[in-house]
Amino acid sequence: MINIVGTGLAGMSAAIALAEKGRECNLISYQEAERAQSVMAEGGINASLNTMNENDSIEEHYTDTLKGGSFLADPNAVWGLVNAAPEIVMWLKNLGVPFESKDGKIIERNFGGQKKKRTAYVKSSTGKMLMSALIDEVRKYEVKGLIHRYSHHKVYDLVIEDQKCKGLKVLDRYTGETYQIYGSVLLASGGLAGLFPGMTTGSSDNTGELVFRLFSKGLKLANLEMIQYHPTTIGITGKRMLVSEAARGEGGRFMTYRNNKPYYFMEELYPEEKNLTTRDVATRAVYRIMNDPECSGDVYLDMTHLDKQIWNSKLSDMRDEIKDYLNIDISVEPFKIEPGIHYFMGGICVDEKHHTNIDGLLAAGECCAQYHGANRLGGNSLLGAIYGGKVAADNITDGESGIKKIKEEIKDREIDEVFSLKIRDILRDGMSIIRNKEKLEKAIYDIAVLKKTSLNKGETEKIIIAQAMLECALKRKESRGAHFREDYPETDDEYRKTTVVSYDDGIKIEFADIPERRNS
Amino acid sequence: MIVEILRHKLGSTESFYQSFKYKPEDERETVATMLENLNLQKELKDIDGNKADKIVFRKSCLQKKCGSCAMLINGKPGLACASKLKDLGDHIRLEPLKKFPVVEDLVADRSIMQENLKLMKTYFEDGAIVSEKRNTLSYEASRCLQCGCCLEVCPNFMIDNGFTGMAGAMPLSRIINELPKQRLKQISKTYSSYVYEGCGKSLACVDICPAKIRIEELLANSNAIAVWKRYIKEK
Repeated sequence: MINIVGTGLAGMSAAIALAEKGRECNLISYQEAERAQSVMAEGGINASLNTMNENDSIEEHYTDTLKGGSFLADPNAVWGLVNAAPEIVMWLKNLGVPFESKDGKIIERNFGGQKKKRTAYVKSSTGKMLMSALIDEVRKYEVKGLIHRYSHHKVYDLVIEDQKCKGLKVLDRYTGETYQIYGSVLLASGGLAGLFPGMTTGSSDNTGELVFRLFSKGLKLANLEMIQYHPTTIGITGKRMLVSEAARGEGGRFMTYRNNKPYYFMEELYPEEKNLTTRDVATRAVYRIMNDPECSGDVYLDMTHLDKQIWNSKLSDMRDEIKDYLNIDISVEPFKIEPGIHYFMGGICVDEKHHTNIDGLLAAGECCAQYHGANRLGGNSLLGAIYGGKVAADNITDGESGIKKIKEEIKDREIDEVFSLKIRDILRDGMSIIRNKEKLEKAIYDIAVLKKTSLNKGETEKIIIAQAMLECALKRKESRGAHFREDYPETDDEYRKTTVVSYDDGIKIEFADIPERRNS
Repeated sequence: MIVEILRHKLGSTESFYQSFKYKPEDERETVATMLENLNLQKELKDIDGNKADKIVFRKSCLQKKCGSCAMLINGKPGLACASKLKDLGDHIRLEPLKKFPVVEDLVADRSIMQENLKLMKTYFEDGAIVSEKRNTLSYEASRCLQCGCCLEVCPNFMIDNGFTGMAGAMPLSRIINELPKQRLKQISKTYSSYVYEGCGKSLACVDICPAKIRIEELLANSNAIAVWKRYIKEK
């Protein structure tokens, strides 16, 4: 049996890929698929379809992805990703995703870090549309008996014997009973947003707890310092709300006031890319402008000049949403934005085939570090999740089958929410948009102090990851992608390596070589 | 303000109301953030000063995109993340959706919705016959959150009476425009028996839908395709 943990795009894509080949799997999730973070994705999915008469090519998608990630991604994995992209988008279309299209051709929009229009979309609700299509497709194979769903089950641990994954342990959240389910495991459990409760654009269910636990058991992680702050988010109560990059893809402009006059700073700072630089660059620019004494201190998105037709057909959902939360009609009034944590490029260390360092355990989607290097391009996350799920499905072998009820006390793994906020506050200071040695060392010290308080098992596992993340950021003495060190502002070729972090009674960090591109 | 919550321990057969005092931090606060804040208290105490267990509820996106936090708020189904405290008065009553079995506190077991969709086979067997013209309808239908609010207010839906309500009708209307002939025949039958025949047209679902899906438009389309066309043909 194969067990897939998580039912977002990566998990469902893998389950479908297995079922298409007649292979069975268990699809296990905390809540139903409709609640997965993937439904929140907005702007689109990248694929070089070349439908916009811009002479786009797969090679350019490849180059933009690698360059956007500051050359930290595995070139062979990325090459596979960009080559599969057009087929994936056509597959989705065939599953009924209502991509914006005209005369039978999918229309693509501009996105940051890519000069050509390459992002297929459905308004600003692309993730939800993809999910609805994949949920139906999963259901088809569920009816056929190939996918077995466990939709209210928390996977709290894996069974690992002699560096081999033999299965997992679940808590049925409807009965409180615990089970052991045998087989190989594919983790598609989402990013590390749980380290930053209330501070991210993602789902509050992405606690990351399973990954914390597995790290303490020897699972290797990579590039933990690479955290994407999205340049345009809005603070709503309890979280950050994303304003999709589609806002700028369709013409929105960053603005501040200087000498009481509107100042479109990105257009002056980046005359070529203007408002559509990569996210790491845009975020730092916004951050600097917010702290520039010559400017008003606030940064806005100005979309007031956009055509009526764009509001009606392409961004109607975004306009409604912001009206609802801020009571601002963004078609007539610029609105304040701030950078916010959006995506974790780092995570479980996997090879090109999505194997982890533990035999029988694979990982795909945001929980793993693949495709995006030091900074992810908008539109590549949905693609990376779906493609990664497929690759993992092709490479996972079946383990033994079976399920048995077990008795296990798991109360000592419940992480106190106040404790989580303490960790968050320490990380917020250390892992901020602009980092330096002092801030990181202070955060590591604060973690060490907190570590000495009385902690349960779950809390200990969480604090170890927080410490590992800070130490990764401290060790990378350069600036690259999302990781910016004001004490080392230059990119240093010596560090064009993957940060691999492991735990064995202590945190160990190594820099691993990035594979060379094969001739293909 | 006073917050009255219907409590239910996991595995128990009894429910009871428990009240809490709460002072919102700011005027944008929602029911979801209030519940989060209550649970953040070092020691949660009810209005009489008795120690209380943390309040169990489901949430995920906290911005109306996932349908997780649906519950009864002052007797009306809605998303906790979309319900602002300032609109709810000084006394708020929270209960789990009542058409479904209760699991724990504000968590209801909504798996009947998934089960119904399996029975209805609301998927493409061999892919869609893509039709651009239908994109708007397909978009609208794909927005369904499967939160269950429509079922809660529906006078016709019951967990075991064979009528799926709009939670079944929406995924079906996502595919109905793009099916090959043979499959359309099957789905039309499914639509008639699981949706059309059971729906009393109260349309209570239309007003309550947190995603504000244009349900009537989708129903009209499905009726035209699945019921009337077939009816006319058979005559």
